[in-house]
Amino acid sequence: MDPVLELINLVVHFHTQDGIVYAVNGVSYAAEAGKTLGIVGESGCGKSVSVLSAMRLIPEPPGKIVAGEIFYQGQDLLKLDKAGMQDIRGKEMAMIFQDPMTSFNPVLTIGHQISESSIVHFGIGQKEARQRSVELLELVGIPQAVDRFDDYPHQFSGGMRQRAMIAMALSCNPSVLIADEPTTALDVTIQAQIVDLIKDLSERFDMAIIWITHDLGVIAEIADRVVVMYAGYVVEEADVFDLFENPSHPYTLALLKSLPRVDTYSSEKLATIPGSPPDCLSLPPGCPFAPRCVYAVDQCRHENPPLDQSSFEHQIACWVDITTGRER
Amino acid sequence: MSSNQVLVKVEQLKKHFPITQGIIIQRQVGAVRAVDDITFDIYKGETLGMVGESGCGKTTAGRTILQLYRPTEGKVIYDGVDLTTTKGETLRKMRRRMQMIFQDPYASLNPRWTISRIISEPMRVHKLNSGKARLERVKELLDLVQLNTLYLNRYPHEFSGGQRQRIGIARALASDPEFIVCDEPISALDVSIQAQVVNLLEDLQNRFGLTYLFIAHDLSMVRHICNRVAVMYLGVIVELASRDELYDNPLHPYTQALLSAVPIPDPKETRARQRIILTGDPPSPIDPPRGCRFHPRCPIVKDLCSEQVPEWREILPGHWVACHEG
Repeated sequence: MDPVLELINLVVHFHTQDGIVYAVNGVSYAAEAGKTLGIVGESGCGKSVSVLSAMRLIPEPPGKIVAGEIFYQGQDLLKLDKAGMQDIRGKEMAMIFQDPMTSFNPVLTIGHQISESSIVHFGIGQKEARQRSVELLELVGIPQAVDRFDDYPHQFSGGMRQRAMIAMALSCNPSVLIADEPTTALDVTIQAQIVDLIKDLSERFDMAIIWITHDLGVIAEIADRVVVMYAGYVVEEADVFDLFENPSHPYTLALLKSLPRVDTYSSEKLATIPGSPPDCLSLPPGCPFAPRCVYAVDQCRHENPPLDQSSFEHQIACWVDITTGRER
Repeated sequence: MSSNQVLVKVEQLKKHFPITQGIIIQRQVGAVRAVDDITFDIYKGETLGMVGESGCGKTTAGRTILQLYRPTEGKVIYDGVDLTTTKGETLRKMRRRMQMIFQDPYASLNPRWTISRIISEPMRVHKLNSGKARLERVKELLDLVQLNTLYLNRYPHEFSGGQRQRIGIARALASDPEFIVCDEPISALDVSIQAQVVNLLEDLQNRFGLTYLFIAHDLSMVRHICNRVAVMYLGVIVELASRDELYDNPLHPYTQALLSAVPIPDPKETRARQRIILTGDPPSPIDPPRGCRFHPRCPIVKDLCSEQVPEWREILPGHWVACHEG
């Protein structure tokens, strides 16, 4: 199946006072209709920057999309002008943000903010927009939606605000829904509600979902395919079951090993990854993970391994085969 | 290792924050009942986990135990001394023995102070060591938390989140305490750094026989680090048991729902699990529901639940629960 949204070799830099931040360094991934693509990585690994670039929401300057292509249903978004992009943003591709408190305008009602995009994109009237928005609020499970339409964001709880944000994102029936850490600020019981809601919506409307998170547990629950990012590079990409069964990049493996589990107890110490993630202002030569990697060989310190795309099923960027500990 | 000796005894502890109205003549119109009658013991050398969702009062409970907030009612008996009636110099002397590690490693270190000054502050307050001995102690502490002693004269902004949390831990250890309240010490850190800090906390506990009250919302990490776990909901403890007992045999419906909602990093298992999905959000602690506070969201609610507060009772040895069921 053809992907709805595809990023090819995307490179994004930020020009700051301290120098150039190499935020995204040649990232490719694709989202398919009805499927959820999980992007996982730690803070500063470029996962958010890559999707913000796809939405053309990177402030320029200081940011700059240096190279690459972003195709939405065959159309290169990087070649569109401002007006062309505005037709797509919010209508074809919508986004949910991490912090539902700061993403709403506190002085406008929830209903006003949800109606806005259907008024802009569909040119419908206030009355019709109101009716539509109430339906959307009901769809995402907000009780007494008719009454809550005129509430302000502070009158909603965190979980409800996130639901309202999902309603806002869905208002123009987008084919791509980008969720940037949508449950990180929420409690686990609310997180479970939101995960279920988005899963259900994705199936019902055949949307492509891109779900960004640092939580491998959430990824295991929702994703169909997973992209693991580190320091602006994709280091591993695979089907979700394959990834958790055969993690093949030393970083993915180390991350999975360092996680305790709620369903079992082991008295062993947690495995750790020494050091901390690199500073994207000055990436080490060679593989960015090499300074923290237990498998690193000489080559890793000089030459950055490309993502091996020979097999679609499971792609890895590593010189070493971790099952044998020897170079590939 | 934990013993049977009680270090901290918390009895019917309450902390209410007043809500006032009026600018000049302020009158109290209500109260946020952040902690509303909790009773439990903390044993010497153990790690007691305190879990619950945001707003359930777990941080307030930790701070009230340390007397950073004075309780509205109830007692905190630390090693035989009731802290709630102690004040002045006597309380300060007690404070040396209990410390806190904070959640946000960015906000909890003074940006204008050097690392050396930050770590030696508790020693200055409690008049421990002086001059050269104090500096030596700072170096020793940096060593303990695995930071380079050359960092002495640097400022907090020069460090990463994980390193800052180590500085916070070194400061907590400076007065040689026996009891440390760890208030979500790892939630602000990246996944790959969390394990480092948890291992460090465990090492320090084994080395110095520390007692921890570990406040967290990450139930997987709590299972790893704690000996016993207390589950809080809307200002009250609903269940308290030893680690394996609580995770393998949760009795309170809230604990059951909470545990079933935690994702497992294994797609096969996490998708095969039966989950209990609670509806709605936790109510406000200003006007908590009558009877059992969990009853509006409880999947097995009975008539009795909305009328009568369930008794806090020991159902199995060491397994306490507040529920009319079972």
